[in-house]
Amino acid sequence: MTLIDIERPGNPDVFAAEVRTAAEQIIARYPAGQSRSALLPMLHLVQSEQGYVSADGIAFCADVLDITKAQVAAVATFYTMYKRKPTGEYLVSVCTNTLCGLLGGDEIYRTLSELLGVGMNETTADGTITLEHAECLAACDYAPVVTVNYEFFDNQSAESAVGLVTELKDGRRPLPTRGAPLCSFKEISRQIAGFVDDRPEAATATATGAQTEAGVKLAQQRHDQAPGYPVEHEKKPASEAHAEQVAADNTGAAEPTSAHDAPLKTSASDPDADSTQGELFGKGE
Amino acid sequence: MPLTPVLTKRFGTNAPWQIENYLKLDGYAGLKKAFAMQPDEIIALIKESNLRGRGGAGFPTGMKWQFIPQNDGKPHYVVINADEGEPGTCRDLPLMMNDPHSMIEGIIIACYAVRANHAFVYIRGEAVHAIRRVTQAVNEAYAKGYLGDNVLGSGVRFDITVHGGAGAYICGEETALLDSLEGKRGQPRLKPPFPATNGLYDAPTVVNNVGTLCSVPYIVLGGAAWHKDMGPEGSPGTSIYSLSGRVKNPGQYEAPMGTTLRELLELAGGMSRGKELKFWTPGGSSTPLFTAEHLDVPLDFDSVAKAGSMNGTSAVMIFDEEDSVVQAVLKWTQFYEHESCGKCTPCREGNYWTAQILERIWHGEGTPADLDTLLDLCDNILGRSFCALGDGATSPISSSIKYFRGEYEALIAAAAHNEPALTGASA
Repeated sequence: MTLIDIERPGNPDVFAAEVRTAAEQIIARYPAGQSRSALLPMLHLVQSEQGYVSADGIAFCADVLDITKAQVAAVATFYTMYKRKPTGEYLVSVCTNTLCGLLGGDEIYRTLSELLGVGMNETTADGTITLEHAECLAACDYAPVVTVNYEFFDNQSAESAVGLVTELKDGRRPLPTRGAPLCSFKEISRQIAGFVDDRPEAATATATGAQTEAGVKLAQQRHDQAPGYPVEHEKKPASEAHAEQVAADNTGAAEPTSAHDAPLKTSASDPDADSTQGELFGKGE
Repeated sequence: MPLTPVLTKRFGTNAPWQIENYLKLDGYAGLKKAFAMQPDEIIALIKESNLRGRGGAGFPTGMKWQFIPQNDGKPHYVVINADEGEPGTCRDLPLMMNDPHSMIEGIIIACYAVRANHAFVYIRGEAVHAIRRVTQAVNEAYAKGYLGDNVLGSGVRFDITVHGGAGAYICGEETALLDSLEGKRGQPRLKPPFPATNGLYDAPTVVNNVGTLCSVPYIVLGGAAWHKDMGPEGSPGTSIYSLSGRVKNPGQYEAPMGTTLRELLELAGGMSRGKELKFWTPGGSSTPLFTAEHLDVPLDFDSVAKAGSMNGTSAVMIFDEEDSVVQAVLKWTQFYEHESCGKCTPCREGNYWTAQILERIWHGEGTPADLDTLLDLCDNILGRSFCALGDGATSPISSSIKYFRGEYEALIAAAAHNEPALTGASA
């Protein structure tokens, strides 16, 4: 599939006025005279409208940025995330790089490919799922990993991945292990363009897990800690002696009372130190 | 060796990504202290601390900042390399998703030190939750006066732009990242000139990794001596060891630089399925493989280099005796073949050829000459391209042949190999 269709060179005007406004907002993030920096986010933007980067999308970016379509196409074809044909509601990416692959990613990809009847970058007939094998997704401690519209589903197996895509095909949206509740591929493309969502549940969605916290949890159990900061006697009045003590012990292990408590005491987590904090940051509040 | 959570100390606390919670845990205290110092004093402090870049190369951060020419009448920029994608590396995403403000605080201090007013965080496009979290944190920082006009009464304006990438490992190379940030294909530039003088928009630019900048507020608070109190003199501080693979409790373990794999394995509960350790990477797939004979090598920049590999990003991928080193190397090589940007012939063609040879060896169709051909190809890729991608691609091949030549030879000798189905780039 070619991006630049000689018969049909692409029409920048198929996009609504709102899209042009969004493009202008992207350009405004960069210094004056550096509008071309907006190209990558703008390609995500046109992908969020059409589900892929079409000849129209390329013409639109070229038109807005006043560069040639060849320049835009050269960029659009370089990066893996720009899809060259319509993408399904959900992009299911299976990491098949070495570590995930050996720990089960290869089997997951094979199983899903057979189940869905699609290969690399192909979409199911009902338009629900596009399947791809991905390179390292930077979650090796949670291997093997699958992402749906780039939200993490950690520690998958062939069985759990089949359950995942079955739910997606049935119109349900299972919650990611780490990441916000799922949205559509078009919606997530708009977020990658820098228009991050304002859903409250997205803002508070979990980003942690046993692996992320493995070291800090173990440090608590072992009462391990980093050395405390040196105390700067000459700079502080004696009344803050207690705060100094705590500051010196800034990374000392605290008694964990729940999973959501601070695992480590810091100067600021101490009530005495908190008052200092208030003074320091009165201006900023 | 004790664990020393510093950068990871907020992991698992109550919503550490929210600014109110960050402020309760030392948040922005380093910035306040930094603003009471002169910019040159901060550069001197970071130099004195001997903080070395956590992105893999280990270049001294203070020196990088000092290279920025001052009073040159040009805008200066700070660019954050958050394009984490080296196989095995999984540290920066947890940092950004859980503790985005510590990076933002480090960025503002760096901007103040090198006299930049605008920073760009280049986050790999697939990392949507990190993009979301960092964007929200940047918005919070503007609302609270840590970004925008007259930050904390300093009279100076600071801005941060969050920029999502689009799926290209090469953009983790700093000059490719700059080209990508300028809206071009992510291909490396010839150096010199270096980004310190001719970086983003041809202006003086500091490019720092996420982990490097997250370290800065703590060094400002604790001082150079405090930082050097951990780890060896040549590469002090803590290191977040990201353990993955055949280990019982994989995850992020922050300990002083110079911790050994033997110690890390003990912390992480040992091997996962009771098998013997066979091979491992000290710092991601681009660092030459180690074996069980390297269990006691201190994992810091200098000691790992001395032992024949690289500390990289301290991404420790662990494999056991049931894992095929040939299969592992084949998959890594297919990765480099896919991710080579195509600019330099030795890397573009060389990785295409090495992948083909490894594929035929793995499929039981190798010839006795193949190992020598592979090593010859590695010789012709290493050091012969603009950037380190090609160099890194040769690391798993040449190191695995060095330690496991017999395994390759056995595959080549076998008349018919029981062909396993591969997926990935070869499918």
